[in-house]
Amino acid sequence: MGKNNLVMDIKDFSFTYSGAEEPSLKKINLPVLENKITAMIGPSGCGKSTLLRAMNRIHDLYSGNKYEGLINLYKADGSKENILDLKKENDFIKLRQQVGMIFQKPTPFPMSIFDNVAYGLKLSGIKNRSELEGRVEKALQGAAIWKETKDRLKESALGLSGGQQQRLCIARAVALKPRVLLFDEPTSALDPISTGAIEELITELKEELSVVIVTHNMQQASRLSDYTAFMYLGDLAEYDKTDKIFLNPSKKLTEDYITGRFG
Amino acid sequence: MNRLILNKIILALSTLSAVIGIGFLFWILATLSYKGITSIHWSTFTNDLVAGGIRNLLVGQFTMALMASAVAVPLGMMAGIYLREYGHGSKLASVIRNLSDVMMSAPSIVIGVFVFALFVDPFGGYNGWAGIVALAIMMIPIIISTTDNMLSLVPTELREAGMALGGSKHKIIMQIVVKAAKVGITTGVLLSFARIIGETAPLLFTSANNQFFTMDLTEQFPSLTVSIYNLATYPDLESRELAWAASFILTVIVLCINLIGRYAIRNKK
Repeated sequence: MGKNNLVMDIKDFSFTYSGAEEPSLKKINLPVLENKITAMIGPSGCGKSTLLRAMNRIHDLYSGNKYEGLINLYKADGSKENILDLKKENDFIKLRQQVGMIFQKPTPFPMSIFDNVAYGLKLSGIKNRSELEGRVEKALQGAAIWKETKDRLKESALGLSGGQQQRLCIARAVALKPRVLLFDEPTSALDPISTGAIEELITELKEELSVVIVTHNMQQASRLSDYTAFMYLGDLAEYDKTDKIFLNPSKKLTEDYITGRFG
Repeated sequence: MNRLILNKIILALSTLSAVIGIGFLFWILATLSYKGITSIHWSTFTNDLVAGGIRNLLVGQFTMALMASAVAVPLGMMAGIYLREYGHGSKLASVIRNLSDVMMSAPSIVIGVFVFALFVDPFGGYNGWAGIVALAIMMIPIIISTTDNMLSLVPTELREAGMALGGSKHKIIMQIVVKAAKVGITTGVLLSFARIIGETAPLLFTSANNQFFTMDLTEQFPSLTVSIYNLATYPDLESRELAWAASFILTVIVLCINLIGRYAIRNKK
């Protein structure tokens, strides 16, 4: 695979939480391929969420964490940037506009459905009302929630169901046209039907962007993803095509985990 | 069998205690209403204290409480935001939080004495500004603690989600986190207003009282609560009737503000 397929590249990356003695992630090497879905699986505490949260530097809301190694983000024009070099708030803002994030619990803001989607756009400097309206509609359609919400855009987003709220959050992130979208167990707080809708949506999203998803649900990883990274105790134990990981893993540890022998 | 009897005894005792507690409350309200309503005349609202009414007292009390709020609400909210959003986990923040909690339970008369020494004595006499300062000092720690507590109920994910969309910290705090805690903070503000509108001790020797209508805060300033204190000690019947009327009206005001605060919470849920 050529270099232009990469959207992010994690090299020898170690991460230590503020106040901790031992690093939570040790020398991780992980490529993130463009327009593919990469799943991260592993038992609780293995560091998969920690790794995900490093990829948009959301860790930096809290001071004192230590990064080592590098995480390259490849831009649309082919240039690359090590996101671990970023220091200023403005740079973080630019990074997060390119690398969006969806959380475990839906996080609608206490405002109308329209304003929820428009919020990130306004932060990025778009003020023109008609442009905002167009982008919001497109984002809501992109997140398959336009039909349910088009007649109630002015109503509070808190009145939506959990699954709708999560799709709204995805719409909100998609509206910014990010290059990568990070999902941190996006369906673990949802019922099976909402989960199905979100999974379908994520599969569609990869036409336009790249997805990294952390999940506890191994069926979900095998259904959705093109590539799977299995993490264990802060190490990246195995990374390969999803089929290979689930059908013919090269390590005993991986096999034990996906067959449910531990974790 | 023993367990069942014990259960019944405890149930009876706790019910009895509840009835006694609530009984006193109703007794107060009933006496207050009876004596208050019979003492209220139209002139109670239209005359100033000098002519046997409470017009100037109501205006004076509200003026001081509102101006104290105008100082205390922004100050307390900003301090609360600092404690929860910026100073979170720092030593300074925990010292401030503890001191603020201590302040909240400081006897109000002590605050009155403090303000007397600072704003009354050096300026040669009781004045409305001193009363405002005393009430604001009472109010600030309540607002700090409400803001702090209400912000702590806002899930961390909401802050992270805002930042993940490319927001700067201060924008996320002001536009999302505070908004999410809006109802709780508003209620806290209303309840603390209800608390200071009924305060006497901090006003007793700061703004003292004035029989006449005035808006001049450099003078002694009319106060409903201080008047009730004074009137109730006078021997003549009219003064004491006016004290009952004023107490009843004050109670109704405080009750209304409380109810509005509670209604605001319920409506949200």
